Amino acid sequence: MSDNTVDPGRRRFLTGTATVIGGIGASFAAVPFVASFQPSARAKAIGAPVEVDIGKLEPGQRIIQKWRGKPVWILRRTPEMIESLKSFDTGILRDPESDKSAQPKYAKNSWRSENPEYLVLVGVCTHLGCSPTFVPEPGAAGMGSPWNGGFFCPCHGSKFDLAGRVFAGVPAPANLEVPPYQFLTETRMKIGADKENAT
Amino acid sequence: MNAIIRQLTGLRDWVDERFPLTKWWNDHLGQYYAPKNFNFWYFFGALSLVVFGLQIVTGIWLVMSYKPDADMAFASVEYIMRDVDWGWLIRYLHSTGASAFFIVIYLHMFRALLYGSYRKPRELLWILGMLLYLSLMAEAFTGYLLPWGQMSFWGAQVIISLFGAIPFVGEGLSTLIRGDYVVSDITLNRFFSLHVVALPLALVGLVFFHIIALHEVGSNNPDGIEIKKHKDANGKPLDGIPFHPYYTLKDSVGIVVFLMLFSVAVFFAPEMGGYFLEANNFIPADSMKTPEHIAPVWYFTPFYSILRANTVNFLWLDAKLWGVIFMGMGVMILFLLPWLDRSPVKSIRYRGVLYKSALGIFVVSFLILGYLGVLPVTEMRTAVAQICTVLYFLFFLLMPIYTKLDKTKPVPDRVTM
Repeated sequence: MSDNTVDPGRRRFLTGTATVIGGIGASFAAVPFVASFQPSARAKAIGAPVEVDIGKLEPGQRIIQKWRGKPVWILRRTPEMIESLKSFDTGILRDPESDKSAQPKYAKNSWRSENPEYLVLVGVCTHLGCSPTFVPEPGAAGMGSPWNGGFFCPCHGSKFDLAGRVFAGVPAPANLEVPPYQFLTETRMKIGADKENAT
Repeated sequence: MNAIIRQLTGLRDWVDERFPLTKWWNDHLGQYYAPKNFNFWYFFGALSLVVFGLQIVTGIWLVMSYKPDADMAFASVEYIMRDVDWGWLIRYLHSTGASAFFIVIYLHMFRALLYGSYRKPRELLWILGMLLYLSLMAEAFTGYLLPWGQMSFWGAQVIISLFGAIPFVGEGLSTLIRGDYVVSDITLNRFFSLHVVALPLALVGLVFFHIIALHEVGSNNPDGIEIKKHKDANGKPLDGIPFHPYYTLKDSVGIVVFLMLFSVAVFFAPEMGGYFLEANNFIPADSMKTPEHIAPVWYFTPFYSILRANTVNFLWLDAKLWGVIFMGMGVMILFLLPWLDRSPVKSIRYRGVLYKSALGIFVVSFLILGYLGVLPVTEMRTAVAQICTVLYFLFFLLMPIYTKLDKTKPVPDRVTM
């Protein structure tokens, strides 16, 4: 050092580079903290398919099975219920053909199931995740008309028909999700895996 | 006696040479000049500090007996209520304190609307206050999950799902918040951490900045005029009085009255008919079954009503996303208040009929939205909520127009009592 004068350009350069390098270091240091917010290995592991006995399910009855922490409904529809889905005025539905909804290919039809008799749905409203209530009676009070039976979400008033198809003019944007499933025997079914995605 | 005083004075001087004790005391209490015309509405700042202190103390005690574990949380709260000596009191103080906090904060914010306390030069003070309000909402929300009752679970489920409405990143964001694909033990554990460590620290920091900002610009008053314009020979505002002893004493009276009312709630109506503690929250969380009727705690219901009021798809976005956008905007638009208000006067005392009517309509809409938010939806109620949502937003969106057109009265030079 010959003299003690300050070189502002050099100082600015050093401050700038130190800030940039330090900032990059801080960003890398933040990665583990953000990443630890992701589901842990244990949380990811709890996703195995479950088997359900449907032998005792009567027509018109619904059972609730826990799968991946969520309720899955299995509804055995009566012939009248299946008939009512055919005679439905689909104009009051938001997505009658299930084009914008989540379901396996074999459930992309107007009854949204492989076998019209058995409806399998993830019982979580596509609006904000409440579990809708089963309201099977046609013309039930407070459901408006036409009501051939279906599901009503108590949280924000979304309505779904007996195939889990969402009504228009309610907050839910899509039909209830159909999980992958397959019939193992006449009376047993597997939720969470099907012939195409065997896990 | 004199010897003791001499000793204490000596100690004070010793400290003052090493730490700005007397300086801080004078800056913020002994020599902080507040307008002499504070009225009833000016109690709520001090009261919110009192409630905050109460929540911190009772919270520390609750954590000593609470277990943040999905299998044990519900039972540990009942354990506090039944088996811990005085546990019921500490728990009810904390749960009632949460509602009291919001009552006090809403009145504190309404005071700002009445007297234009957010106007220049207090914009930053208002923004810090709004950040406090947001942090308080987060604190209340994370705290409500901890008892692990049905409302805890499904309330969290709904609110976290709100983030899922954001296009592209939404689903990932919800999963990141929950730490799982559903609300679970993992979610409970991290909400516990946020509720007892992260958010209280943020609140303490923001309260500190809020008070520093207030003492920098000085307090507003019911006349909405600056007392710093008229100072005496010593540079003290003519219309100001030292915060201590005048307002410390006056606030003490307010605190005593508040504690009397608060005690009535704690001892005689801690559940407040289901408004402070909801009936469904006395049932342990069940991820298979949503209660027949779910509603957030009362202090969130106005925004919840705005969310539910959106049932129509328009402009390429679906109703669900619009609901989330409107709900978010409903809170965020308050940040803009200092720039929306174009009136030449600050206080409602000198405003004209336009602002007075607008504020009245706003308050009524807000209350109706809050009331509807605790009720199940019907078509009629949705229609009313839609009207009130529109009125709520018009208060802000039309503010630059009606505050400019409003016929104001002349503002006095000095404060009036």
